Amino acid sequence: MNDTFPRTVAEIMEGLRQGEFSSVEITEHYLKKITALDGELNSFITVNNELAIEQARAADRRRSLGKARELTGVPYANKDIFCTKGIRTSCGSRMLADFIAPYNATVVERLDREGMVMLGKTNMDEFAMGSSNETSFYGAVRNPWDRNRVPGGSSGGSAAAVAAGLSPIATGTDTGGSIRQPAAFCGVSGLKPTYGRVSRYGMVAFASSLEQGGPLGVTAQDLALMMNVIAGFDPRDSTSINRPFEDFTRKLGTSISGIKIGIPKEYFEKNLDPRIAETVLGAINELKNLGAGITEVALPNSPLSIPAYYVIAPAECSSNLSRYDGVRFGYRCKDPKDLNDLYCRSRSDAFGAEVKRRILIGTYVLSSGYYDAYYRKAQQVRRLIKQDFEKAFTKVDFIVGPTTPTTAFHHGAHSDDPVAMYLADVYTTAVNLSGLAAISIPVGFVKSLPVGMQIIGNYFDEARLLNVADAYQSVTDWHRRLAPFPV
Amino acid sequence: MPISTDEVEAIARLARLSIDVSDVPEYADRLSRILNFVEQMSTTDTEGIDPIAHPLEVAGRSRQDEVTEHDERETFQAQAPDVENGLYLVPKVIE
Amino acid sequence: MVWEAVIGLEIHAQLATTSKIFSGSPTTYGADPNTQASAVDLGLPGVLPVINQRAIEMAVSFGLAINAEICRHSIFARKNYFYPDLPKGYQISQYETPIVAGGSLEISVEGSTKSVRITRAHLEEDAGKSLHEGFQGRTAIDLNRAGTPLLEIVSEPDLRSAEEAVSYMREVLGLVKYLGICDGNMQEGSFRCDANVSVRQQGEHGLNTRTEIKNLNSFRFVQQAINYEIQRQIEITEAGNEITQETRLFDDRYGETRSMRSKEDAHDYRYFPDPDLLPITLSVEFIERLRDDLPELPKTKLARFVKKYNLNETEATILVQEPETARFFEAAIKIEGAQPKQVANWIIGDLFGAIKKSGLGIVDSCISPAYLGQLVARVVDNTISGKMAKEVFLAVWDSDLSPDQVIADRKLRQLSDSSALESIVKEVLSENTEQVEQYKSGKRKILGYLVGQVMKKTQGQASPKLVNTIIQDFITQS
Repeated sequence: MNDTFPRTVAEIMEGLRQGEFSSVEITEHYLKKITALDGELNSFITVNNELAIEQARAADRRRSLGKARELTGVPYANKDIFCTKGIRTSCGSRMLADFIAPYNATVVERLDREGMVMLGKTNMDEFAMGSSNETSFYGAVRNPWDRNRVPGGSSGGSAAAVAAGLSPIATGTDTGGSIRQPAAFCGVSGLKPTYGRVSRYGMVAFASSLEQGGPLGVTAQDLALMMNVIAGFDPRDSTSINRPFEDFTRKLGTSISGIKIGIPKEYFEKNLDPRIAETVLGAINELKNLGAGITEVALPNSPLSIPAYYVIAPAECSSNLSRYDGVRFGYRCKDPKDLNDLYCRSRSDAFGAEVKRRILIGTYVLSSGYYDAYYRKAQQVRRLIKQDFEKAFTKVDFIVGPTTPTTAFHHGAHSDDPVAMYLADVYTTAVNLSGLAAISIPVGFVKSLPVGMQIIGNYFDEARLLNVADAYQSVTDWHRRLAPFPV
Repeated sequence: MPISTDEVEAIARLARLSIDVSDVPEYADRLSRILNFVEQMSTTDTEGIDPIAHPLEVAGRSRQDEVTEHDERETFQAQAPDVENGLYLVPKVIE
Repeated sequence: MVWEAVIGLEIHAQLATTSKIFSGSPTTYGADPNTQASAVDLGLPGVLPVINQRAIEMAVSFGLAINAEICRHSIFARKNYFYPDLPKGYQISQYETPIVAGGSLEISVEGSTKSVRITRAHLEEDAGKSLHEGFQGRTAIDLNRAGTPLLEIVSEPDLRSAEEAVSYMREVLGLVKYLGICDGNMQEGSFRCDANVSVRQQGEHGLNTRTEIKNLNSFRFVQQAINYEIQRQIEITEAGNEITQETRLFDDRYGETRSMRSKEDAHDYRYFPDPDLLPITLSVEFIERLRDDLPELPKTKLARFVKKYNLNETEATILVQEPETARFFEAAIKIEGAQPKQVANWIIGDLFGAIKKSGLGIVDSCISPAYLGQLVARVVDNTISGKMAKEVFLAVWDSDLSPDQVIADRKLRQLSDSSALESIVKEVLSENTEQVEQYKSGKRKILGYLVGQVMKKTQGQASPKLVNTIIQDFITQS
């Protein structure tokens, strides 16, 4: 495949500005790649062939009128969890397989206003519940590095698409690691912003107090550019934080000499593949070479983050998914004999097993008699986890460790034991529970599979966080390695 | 703390999910495993700790009392499973 | 066996905001189905709620008016259950931390007053409407009402009779209308009530099993339903049986309460704090500002009217019952010469009569407060007689003219000019010497005849009062 077109957003921006190619040309390039190659990966649920070209034409027109913005004309892939007006928004579920969103998510409005070109809607774990993109109604996504393995989840489609060069950048959502973990498994970079940075209006809810939308891309710089478009206060989201506009690229290129990096001792204990430990420690050494100071920190309550997460997230989801009842939109079973049948059969037909499991768990932990022991307890543990971070951040600027305890596993590896799957989230869930910002960047390979390193930043410190990642990426090239795909 | 098949059925009723009788034991098993796993938290001392419901503890925001939405019934009902004269229809509910 | 009824009321008052509690949809009544249901109201995937500031202010005002505690940090909770008119499958309400806690209201029953304690008042969203008839075995859902703000006001079980319950309900209705937070239109459903009823032996202190009667939307129904239920429970208990804790509906065709048929297991609402809404944090300044902005409440206004305007309790009570009436009264008495007691009489008498006849409310009165004031002033200053004034009232009601204009146009000005009258009086006295003698010899009643003669000569335009005085003066002088 002729790959003379650039892969990163920064390069594409420059190319468009210089007139090296038009938005239509680069969009057609990516659309062709998707058509030719996505059959192998299944990273897209909907590809907007005609609409994308229309958007690209409009972008080129804007540019010719001198009205182009920074990212006008740059193509992107959109996780199928963001409502896109007039276009199917399925959330990877049979429940919404025919749902044409009647409005745009705020994130989508911002991307439209910028003039970016939406290639299509990417595949995802059903309703964002999963760490492997195996629960989608539209079938599993395959990891471009090894198609017998998972890309991670729930933003598996977005991660795979970027890793395979089917899109320069993509949106994702992260509730317990769903941007960072697939980024790690697929060898791309992914950012979960501070809670409240990116509007959740139109981002179909799974666990409201945990999730944020964010970018997946090739470089930290690209993530920063994308954040400039999607982040910002939204009055339609009560949890959206009202801060003045900031340029997330503003700290890029700054030296990280003197920056204090904390390594939690809890992160390098049992359960971590020693080769991953070695790879990540090697990356940390690179940061040291760049002038960062390395200290040990303690996050004593971090082992509790998975149990706390798996009480809180299902609880919120069990309530958030009650609206899917076959009454006003979405799947409705045929010939319901009474109201109860309408509800039960519509929901049971249209939700997959993992979603049903989480709804049941969530219903259970909120039910009378169990609320205090489970839900209330989990929210108390959550405060302890948050306090651990707050304490650590008085000593260090960033906290670093592996993103995942293993590399990408095989399809079906955890189908028998849900708990085994949940343990993959050991490094990521604490960040969602606390609402902090965190990025995953590729730092090497173990047996030809990508390894990701996670850098956690303090609240609203994304600009410096992206700079640390960018500094690392300026002296290494793991992020530039292309998946051996197509084979 | 294992969850019994009766409890699974009771929860399923509350959540309006129907589970095949033959699947109930498997659900009970998997759910029990998850609940056993989260049981870990019970050994942690949380005496006097306030639960948090939001990661960022900021005060809530409100909006002005003004009409900002107009009639979009046609758009919204374009995909409704069953409507008549602008009303959503469901099997009859007996009070 | 002497039985005692133990009753608590849960009142749902629809707050009179322009837009809904969590969305920007309009709240006007009577629109075509689902034309006032936005994406947020429909619970579409991805939508989020944002709280209406005015709803918070209204709730706080209510709390201040009943001397309750205002929660400075209150939280919204989700009440989870499935019903087709509840689009999200949960209602956003408040559970552990209601915005208003405690407080009380005074009610009067049969002459005596009683304080009724209020447990709490909280904000929540209303559900849509279900229509069960007329759709061939289906139920039709209208979500226009979904998301309308409600203030749920819960009383302690301090009420002991249906009459007390109705009195309490009236008191709350008057208060919310006075505060301008609810239009109190029960036919349109903006003021509804559930009653919790149980019975016990008089002297007993514990609470027995209670039943809940839902959705009573008129004073008459509240009275009937509670009385029926009390009787029903007494009969059951006397027969040695147990009361089933349940929800019941009032059937107004038969005046009975009956069990709700589709009652499954008791709801487990699985309340938890709504993660889409942050806590409402209220500053002391905010609360005090609302306290300063509270309108004068009925009881205070009543006392003031009695003292300042020298009205009696009955008159004042009628005038303060509706805030619009009190407003009308105070605007009318602003007119120079409009004596308060007279104005009160005119409002309670002629004005209320005209309004009732026309079927309107006092706000639609065809005579403005200023015009009524002017009318009364003209009676007080003797320009026209009281009898004439009734004619003028009707003329003003039916036209756009002021009382002064009507008086001028129809030449109704009473002859109040003493000198002009004196000559006519002299004339009459000289023509009726026999009657004058009768008057002098003690027959006082003959004065009326003499006055009548003067009125005849002046085509009824003389001021009878003045004529009366002049005649008496002449006779005593002569």
